[in-house]
Amino acid sequence: MTEEIRQIIAAHARMPVEVGELAVDADLYQAGMTSHASVNVMLALEDHFDLEFPDRMLTRDVFESIQSIAAALTELRAEALAS
Amino acid sequence: MSISVDRDQAFLDAVCRIADDVAAPNAREVDEQARFPIETVEALRAEGALSAFVPSRLGGGEVAFATIAKACFELGRRCGASAMVFAMHQIKVISVTRHLDDAPWFEDYLRRLASEQRLVASVTSEIGTGGDMGRSVAAVTPIEEGNVSFEKQAPTVSYGNHADDLLVTLRRSPDAEPTDQVMVVVSREQYALEQVSSWDPLGMRGTCSPGFIVRAEFSPEQVIPTPFSRVMSESMVPVTHILWSHLWLGIATDAFDRARAFARAAAKQKPGVTPPVALRVSHLMSELSLLRAEVGSALDEFVAMADEPGRERLSTMAVALRFNNLKIASSEQAPRVCQGALGICGIMGFKNDTPFSVGRHLRDTLSACLMIANERIHQTNASLLLIAKEV
Repeated sequence: MTEEIRQIIAAHARMPVEVGELAVDADLYQAGMTSHASVNVMLALEDHFDLEFPDRMLTRDVFESIQSIAAALTELRAEALAS
Repeated sequence: MSISVDRDQAFLDAVCRIADDVAAPNAREVDEQARFPIETVEALRAEGALSAFVPSRLGGGEVAFATIAKACFELGRRCGASAMVFAMHQIKVISVTRHLDDAPWFEDYLRRLASEQRLVASVTSEIGTGGDMGRSVAAVTPIEEGNVSFEKQAPTVSYGNHADDLLVTLRRSPDAEPTDQVMVVVSREQYALEQVSSWDPLGMRGTCSPGFIVRAEFSPEQVIPTPFSRVMSESMVPVTHILWSHLWLGIATDAFDRARAFARAAAKQKPGVTPPVALRVSHLMSELSLLRAEVGSALDEFVAMADEPGRERLSTMAVALRFNNLKIASSEQAPRVCQGALGICGIMGFKNDTPFSVGRHLRDTLSACLMIANERIHQTNASLLLIAKEV
């Protein structure tokens, strides 16, 4: 999953750094992702993983790193399976 | 509970008295001469109002946020520029207080602010960022002996020449990205201001907000540890829009009161007949009510979520949209009310020296849509609306 997330970030976050070299826990905002670009990342993630982030997950913390995005996606998939 | 209610009421009573006795009689001169409302600020200082939000354990008034918002409204009814200076100062103090994180330097700083009633201005806008507060060019830069420095080109610094301290946004370090920002507080003895432009604007003339190049040397302890992005979403953005909208509502309310006084004077000329202008006052009241409702509900919503553990709701997009909309709606509605009042008062409102003058009100509220440009906020909202669910 982290590789897919990384590819989406590379395609949509318009980062000034090489996304392939970012650690999974690196702060994406500190690495130069703007709030505007983060929305494009969210839309691409929803499209790619065929799910919707609820409002409670649409916060800066959730999209702060590859790791935190993966945790949110895992949680959403678990919820989808349970329902 | 009753102690804090009494304390809040005493604070508000004092601000109302200052608004009536000091801000109102000087408002016209402040506007005409584009001069700083020094007597109002001195009167607020004498009441300890500059540390109203600071916790009592640090020597402040520990007044509730809602009471400070009401104080902005009351000052706005008498002098828009005085209210804006007061509001901007409170925004800085509230932002620092809400993000202390037990940082010892900032606790000491707030103690000093309370005991000396220091006035804080902010240096957030910057040339080269396209008006985006979420980006900086200037950076916290290490110099000798463990100290740090910055040089920032600010297109406007409200009451820069009259402040005791500056709250400045900067990149965290010289190699940080533009979005990786921190907030620092520097004191007058640590900074130098080079004024680079003049100040002769249409309205809010008493805020005295020319451009400056700001240079400072200070200690790394003066950097607030919390990232500025978090300070913005949890405090600065909602607090700014709520306090600004309260003072805009105050200005619009005074314009409405003047229009109503004009209609009453007309009614006295012809007893027994409701003058046609009274009907227009009724129309104007419904416009004012819309503004009042938006401003009041935004305050209630913020108060309900301001101190939740983790402040999680404040960091959601839905809430960002909500307070962005407060800014857009109130900044457009306030001048609309003032213009309606001008239509009612006619030439008596257009002239600057009658009891029904509303020219200053209209000019002051026309600044509202420029202070963080509405079009920029619309751009942000447009993007957030693509992804937010319930808004």
